[in-house]
Amino acid sequence: MSTAATTETKPAPTAIEKIKVKVDGREIEVPRLIADWSGKLTPTTMIQACELAKTDVPHYCYHPKLPVVGNCRMCLVEYGMPAMGPDRKPILNADGSPKISKMPRPAISCATPISPGMEIYTKTPAVKQMREGVLESLLINHPLDCPICDQAGECKLQEYSVDYGQSESRFVEAKVHKPKAVDLGPRIMLDAERCILCTRCIRFTKDIAGDDALGIINRGSYNTIATFPGMPFDNNYTLNTVDICPVGALTSKDFRFQMRAWFLKETKSLCTNCGTGCSALIGSREEKIYRFTPRDNDAVNGSWMCDSGRLNYKWIGRADRLKDVLVRGQKSTWTAALNEISDKLKKTPAGSVAIVASARQTNEELWLISKLKAKLGAISDSIPRDGKGDKILVSADKNPNTNGARLTGICFTEMGINLVKISDGIASGKIKTLIVFGENIVKRAVSNEKLRERETISEVVDEHGLTPELLAKLDTLIVSDILPNDTTKLAHYVLPGAAHAEKRGSFTNTKGRVQKFMKAVEAPGDARAEWEFLHDLVHNVTGQNGFVTIEGLFNQMAKEVPAFNGVTWQSLGDTGVTVQI
Amino acid sequence: MAQEYKLILKYADEPGYSRDIECYLRHGGYNDLKKALALQPKDLPDGKKLSGPEQIREDVKISGLRGRGGAGFSCGLKWSFVDRKSGKPIYLICNADESEPGTFKDRQIMYKDPHQLIEGMAISCFANDVHLAYIYIRGEMVDGAKILNEALKEARAKGFLGKNICGSGYDLEMHVHRGAGAYICGEETGLIESLEGKRPYPRIKPPYFPAVLGLWMCPTIVNNVETLCNVKHIVAMGGAEFAKLGTPNNTGTRIVSLSGHVKKPGYYEIETGKATIGELINDPKFGGGLRDGRKLKAVIPGGSSAKVFKAGEKFKLKKKDAEGKEILVETDMLDLPYDFDSLAAAGSMSGSSAIIVMDDSTDIVEALANLSEFYAHESCGQCTPCREGSLWMSKTLHRLTHGEGRASDADYLVKIADNIPGGRTICAFGEACSWPVQSFVAKFKDEFVAKGAADEARRAKDISAPAETKHLEAAHH
Repeated sequence: MSTAATTETKPAPTAIEKIKVKVDGREIEVPRLIADWSGKLTPTTMIQACELAKTDVPHYCYHPKLPVVGNCRMCLVEYGMPAMGPDRKPILNADGSPKISKMPRPAISCATPISPGMEIYTKTPAVKQMREGVLESLLINHPLDCPICDQAGECKLQEYSVDYGQSESRFVEAKVHKPKAVDLGPRIMLDAERCILCTRCIRFTKDIAGDDALGIINRGSYNTIATFPGMPFDNNYTLNTVDICPVGALTSKDFRFQMRAWFLKETKSLCTNCGTGCSALIGSREEKIYRFTPRDNDAVNGSWMCDSGRLNYKWIGRADRLKDVLVRGQKSTWTAALNEISDKLKKTPAGSVAIVASARQTNEELWLISKLKAKLGAISDSIPRDGKGDKILVSADKNPNTNGARLTGICFTEMGINLVKISDGIASGKIKTLIVFGENIVKRAVSNEKLRERETISEVVDEHGLTPELLAKLDTLIVSDILPNDTTKLAHYVLPGAAHAEKRGSFTNTKGRVQKFMKAVEAPGDARAEWEFLHDLVHNVTGQNGFVTIEGLFNQMAKEVPAFNGVTWQSLGDTGVTVQI
Repeated sequence: MAQEYKLILKYADEPGYSRDIECYLRHGGYNDLKKALALQPKDLPDGKKLSGPEQIREDVKISGLRGRGGAGFSCGLKWSFVDRKSGKPIYLICNADESEPGTFKDRQIMYKDPHQLIEGMAISCFANDVHLAYIYIRGEMVDGAKILNEALKEARAKGFLGKNICGSGYDLEMHVHRGAGAYICGEETGLIESLEGKRPYPRIKPPYFPAVLGLWMCPTIVNNVETLCNVKHIVAMGGAEFAKLGTPNNTGTRIVSLSGHVKKPGYYEIETGKATIGELINDPKFGGGLRDGRKLKAVIPGGSSAKVFKAGEKFKLKKKDAEGKEILVETDMLDLPYDFDSLAAAGSMSGSSAIIVMDDSTDIVEALANLSEFYAHESCGQCTPCREGSLWMSKTLHRLTHGEGRASDADYLVKIADNIPGGRTICAFGEACSWPVQSFVAKFKDEFVAKGAADEARRAKDISAPAETKHLEAAHH
């Protein structure tokens, strides 16, 4: 039995009364209350009922994760209610069914609560006409510059115009002109003419990001989104406004004019910038990544991502990536290098090997390393990475898989506590072989003497004693990394690894959410996913043959690591599973 | 014959009447507040007790008082919606944002008899357990705000506001808040947003009904100046007596703002429904007729957003004959009694009771262009149909009045206008900006078509000189 693996994000809520409504003549049962944007249970609205009935209601301003304002008027529907007699009892038709009286005025489905027996009509001629009217209104002053607009291809104005609009415009007046290419902040550009004034961006930054940075100036058709003069829109969540902007008004300075949306291949992935592990989509084309956008996951990030996380992808395409297997500085092959390493490791006496793995590696990789560690009787640890967090998404833990490293036994709860033992072991000559994964260990190294001085004056010690001088005492230094650094320079064996966007695997976030990610692009040159060559290495050293697929590997790991018991690769789904940490 | 009936404006224009509290007190001021505060609990036949405030609320219901701001909604009913069990404070806001073009009645009260408003508000507050009230006054009425603030100071000094009013144990504070100059602030939820310091975007209803989630998300009553003054008179004379004024379901008096092509424009207080539109325009006691040699062309009966009446237009109104049977009576537009229901039955509204008279010197297309420009400027821009439609109509009318019209513009205008009202927008501004266009074009279509056709003919003749349209764009930026 699994320890506590669940696919639910929250404990099952107490039973909520169901009520029956009809959507376009089809009766469905829907809960009377549904969580609103803030998670509070509120009366179910028509648009939520329609969604449950799998009936599309077009909308611009409505967003399930934002307060409802009802200004776009695109979601107007007609509806009817059971007619009541003077005795306040429903009037019945001849066949005993309740008589429905159709309401004279339409209602916005985003804000109107449902009630028992309500009938919602989304396809009547009047609804069709109202949608046409709204679209016509939105388009009269719209620049229609789709050919050069970044939103083209994923634009709700385009989509709804095709689905619900009219092919011709009656408008013969001069359009309203508004500011274009407005620099709203370091990452955001506004084209006010494209804006349909749905105010999603305003509500997002005010109510989600907690930064009341955007507002509307002017009146009527001249309304324009703006920041307060001299105050840039620069919080760490601004790019979410680009995602939720239904049109091309807000564009990302990083992405604009770089690639047409329809050319992008979208891959379900994660953000590795911190321990939160936001679900993300990678947009790539021809082995190049163009953008990260958030992917809905209520157990982790809702619909949002921070700017710093999503923009931290450029290094993946860097030209100086490690592309070759190097043996003592000479280009080699995987087979040759792995055989040589395996032979050496098999001959090492127990206790003479140390492993510094990385909490940026996947659960599967860390588990494979733990196999190696057990066989070699090695000491292991990982490098903590602490920074600043916030109250929204950003975690102070900058490693994406700290819990993976703990659960697979690579490090203790307090990560980094073994590093001093490792440096002492090397200094004393007991440890002769060091294997390093994905950590430039010399970067934060200071001599052991200095380190001890500091320990007496400060509790927080980010540094460790693995200095270049110390590493020079090793017989064998094996380093796997993605980018060249000072540690790879010292290595006898350099094994080029893959960025997470270049492989599959899973991470366990700070809250114990295990999520998988898919491969978006190919690793450059001879670089290989670590789990692939680790599998070979473990096989060579231990003689155990494991699974050669990520699914099999994960499932095997889940059987052996208590915290993951009961979880399968498949059960992770798109949004992951929470395990006991 | 129709007569003026001065209830609210009884003293305001009397020679020697001044707006200071001493003068007001000499005229019996604040006696009704004292009377209200002193009301003793009343025993009901069923054994229940009716408190003083409940008695006033009941009396307001009996009086049949309808809101004087524009919608004509029952005041007693509005008060009955107030959530009194939320545990939150209840607020009362006096809507003094009088900004419907043609309307100038509330300012007469505020400028000439501010204490009447304060007394009416104080009674209404007492009746609704309100301890903090606001007067949201139109920003342009700079003097009005000064006058009201002065009056509040006087009332405080005399103990009619503040702690323990007249020894009753009832506390009430009142503040004046000046708007920043937007028509939409007269819409009650827009007003509330503005009072909260925000952009006056009207709120969606549901869920933000002011009676439940109003100012600061607390139950809130928003009433017009004239409505609140009426409450004072209901307490003075009793609801049943008040209901005898005017006509059934259209009780009390109304202050009519009469403007346009009449000899004596001005404000006239009448018993609701006891004078017809024709009497208000032509009677020497009221408008005194059109300017000499002119003929009536059109009348906007209830503020500029009300649908226009064309001279000579006839309506079939329901009336009861001698035997009590309902019959349809053909009624000329001028013979419509000036009340809520008759004007609604004729397809328009008494709105803010502002009559705008247009004689045959009026270019009806120009008149509508003027109105539409106002509404395009005042649309808050929240809802798509109104935001875009109001300016679209205005641009079309601008074109039509600047020699660039088309014969088809009449139909074109109506099609634009049809996309705006009828629940397509959050607030009634959608109706306010589209009703004039719909009604003007429907009733004077030939003039719109003729103007456009004339432009087309001129352009066809003058094809060698292409139309200069740049000035049109310039005028709209």
